[in-house]
Amino acid sequence: MIGTGSIGRRLTFLLAGVAALLSVLSWWMVTGLAREAAERTQDNVLAASATAIAETLRSEQGEVRLELPYSAFAMLGAIGEDRVFYRVMAGDELLTGYADLPALSDPPPPGQVRFDTGTYSGETIRMASVSRLVLAGAQPLPVTVTMAQTGNGVSTISAELSRLAAVMAVAFFGVAVILSFFAARASLRPLNEIAAAVSRRGPSDLRPLKRDAPAELAPLMTSLNRLMERLGQSIRRSEDFIAEAAHRVRTPLAVVRTQAEIALRSVEDEAEKRRLRGIIRAVDESSRSAGQLLDHATVTYRADDLTRAPVDLATLVEQTSAALEPTAAMKDITLTRNTMPAQIMGDPVLLDNALRNVLDNAIKYSPEDTEVVLAITTEGREVRITVTDEGPGLGDGPVRALTERFRRGSNTGDIVGSGLGLTIVEDVLSAHGGRLELHTREGERGACITLVLPLS
Amino acid sequence: MYHAGLAIILTLWATMAHALTIEDHRLYPGTGDVTLRILSTADLEVFEPYLLAFQAEQPAVTIDYSVVSSAELHRAITDGASFDLALSSAMDLQFRLANDGFAQSYRSDDTQALPDWARWRDLVFAFTAEPAVVVLSTDRFEGLEIPTTRQELITLLRENAADFAGAVGTYDVRESGLGYLFATQESRSTDAFWRLSEVMGRLDPQLYCCSGQMIDDVTEGRLALAYNVLGSYAAERMARDSGGRVQILRMQDFANVMLRTAIIPKTATEREAAGALIDMLARLGLREDAGQWPLPPLNSAGPGEAPEYGPIRLGPALMVYLDPLNRRTFLTEWEDAMEQR
Ligand SMILES: Nc1ncnc2c1ncn2[C@@H]1O[C@H](COP(=O)(O)OP(=O)(O)O)[C@@H](O)[C@H]1O
Ligand SMILES: [Mg+2]
Repeated sequence: MIGTGSIGRRLTFLLAGVAALLSVLSWWMVTGLAREAAERTQDNVLAASATAIAETLRSEQGEVRLELPYSAFAMLGAIGEDRVFYRVMAGDELLTGYADLPALSDPPPPGQVRFDTGTYSGETIRMASVSRLVLAGAQPLPVTVTMAQTGNGVSTISAELSRLAAVMAVAFFGVAVILSFFAARASLRPLNEIAAAVSRRGPSDLRPLKRDAPAELAPLMTSLNRLMERLGQSIRRSEDFIAEAAHRVRTPLAVVRTQAEIALRSVEDEAEKRRLRGIIRAVDESSRSAGQLLDHATVTYRADDLTRAPVDLATLVEQTSAALEPTAAMKDITLTRNTMPAQIMGDPVLLDNALRNVLDNAIKYSPEDTEVVLAITTEGREVRITVTDEGPGLGDGPVRALTERFRRGSNTGDIVGSGLGLTIVEDVLSAHGGRLELHTREGERGACITLVLPLS
Repeated sequence: MYHAGLAIILTLWATMAHALTIEDHRLYPGTGDVTLRILSTADLEVFEPYLLAFQAEQPAVTIDYSVVSSAELHRAITDGASFDLALSSAMDLQFRLANDGFAQSYRSDDTQALPDWARWRDLVFAFTAEPAVVVLSTDRFEGLEIPTTRQELITLLRENAADFAGAVGTYDVRESGLGYLFATQESRSTDAFWRLSEVMGRLDPQLYCCSGQMIDDVTEGRLALAYNVLGSYAAERMARDSGGRVQILRMQDFANVMLRTAIIPKTATEREAAGALIDMLARLGLREDAGQWPLPPLNSAGPGEAPEYGPIRLGPALMVYLDPLNRRTFLTEWEDAMEQR
């Protein structure tokens, strides 16, 4: 694994990061809006209050009169516990209120409300002013009512809303993180499904993947399928090559064998004849080794995707040993069968191949005029095919190593072999869920090779 | 060592433009050198138990207690006189002091425990809730039905004008800050107020500066009834002492409830001691049962007695009737109603 981390985690972090950003942004916006709204509310209340006072303005005997309505002040207590100041000016003259309230930059036009922010008595205040023309004496006199309030309530309200918004932002973020996690998982699901589908397959299953995939994964699928196609092609090519090579080796060997046989028939001298027979046997073995190369390739290929058909092992032993009878006869070796019917599910070609290799070894490594016994026994859910010979046995080395590819025993002398036989047997058995047991017969001479297979 | 003050002491404060008219003064020496200077509208008679209780808690603190009228108190604080605590029954003036920046804020667990309506901005703290009541003389009401609403009272006064002539008392709102507060709040809350004032005006009403004297006159039988008297509490005690000669009546249609409040003036130097006394008053204000204290707790404005009316709200609306223009208008109207001979 290259340390690039998990896409899922990266996606989750990315989405969570975006969510965090949005949360902070929304909190900031709500806080701003809350403050704005609270300030506007205060402005409206101040304006309503100033207007309510201005509405009581009237002129009595040439004097400006007014009344401070109770409600005009009561409503100012609604926003919060704020200090309230007011001033009513008739022209430049103070009618009532706080004379030292900050002066207005310019008086509001009649009928409109002017808002100002200033400082008074050590606090920032918001002021709303309303002007009205009142006929005092001969001249209309502009009267300005100013209501002012500190910003405590506004701050309290906006702080409260801001806190609420913060709580909501955190909750939103939490939910977003959880959702991000699921979103990341959901978007990676097709990828995981493809991965699972690929890994479920046997190594030799190189059929193209045919499944619905999101557009983003289509290139991956295409390359994967192309890769598998190329892989299949190259496997087919090397199989062909092996077959071709085996064939090419075997053909000249066949020619040599034919020539040797012709020579054998025409030669009178016994020593010559023995030598020629030796040649023929060696050629046969070489040809057989070449065949094993081919077999090995076939088994490796077929073992991954086994045909399963009912196979009666007794029949199989019968047929295989019959096929090798002539070879055994050449060395005056008796093949004894001690079988019973035993049905398993498997690939008959491969099983025949395996048994043939074991039997072949037994005949090959046994001295002339001996006996090879083939026996079938069942043990629980298993069936055992045992091939026993009277040859030299498996030697002192570790027997397990004999199943390795191209591994040959130390006691083979000048007997020709490829070292692939037991490898093929082992592969076939494990493909069938069975195993190979190798023993040298204790106290006696000879090897005892057992093919263990599960009963169907 | 106990030091009793004179009934009336006139003290000249060097820092002040005007002389402060002190009605009563007493010094309670403590063992330490902290002196808590209190300016209050509550008579010593009423407030001494509180001071003694406080000194039992904090023996080190010397208490310098001066009794003044609510207007004097307001004037002294706005003039910058140096006091550590101002206690007043004129909640409008107290509010105005806080609003205009003459109070400093104080916050403690005890003040936080006060309900919202009994506290403004950590500047003003209410510690009693005292309703306005009607005090009447049992003798002079013999054979008459006792009224329960203003309407009934109006009818009664109208129908028995001869019995009540010169025998109805109420505050002179021009002199009494509390009377003014009660009258303005009542004029706002019930339209019966002006009708009642007119009816009283025709009966040659006796006007008083203070509730004590009014209750005395009812007890003596000089008055048949005193309208809008503060301190059901003190009055109730007097009614009990009078042996049934005086009765206390709370109007069923509407009753003003005044909050007695404390502020720490900006000029205060003994903030800590002042805070401690406020804490004690706040705790007493929240006490469950009335007990032997001379002033009622805050909950006396609550359930049981006229639950539909809360106390007068501590808020900017209190400033409305303090405005000189409004005051002039109101007084003119009041005088028109009360002084029609
Ligand atoms: N029946 C047997 N008797 C003695 N040795 C055997 C027998 N079968 C296998 N072996 C040993 O195991 C080795 C591996 O066998 P195998 O894989 O068939 O290769 P080979 O082509 O040499 O027969 C042989 O070289 C031989 O040493
Ligand atoms: Mg072999």
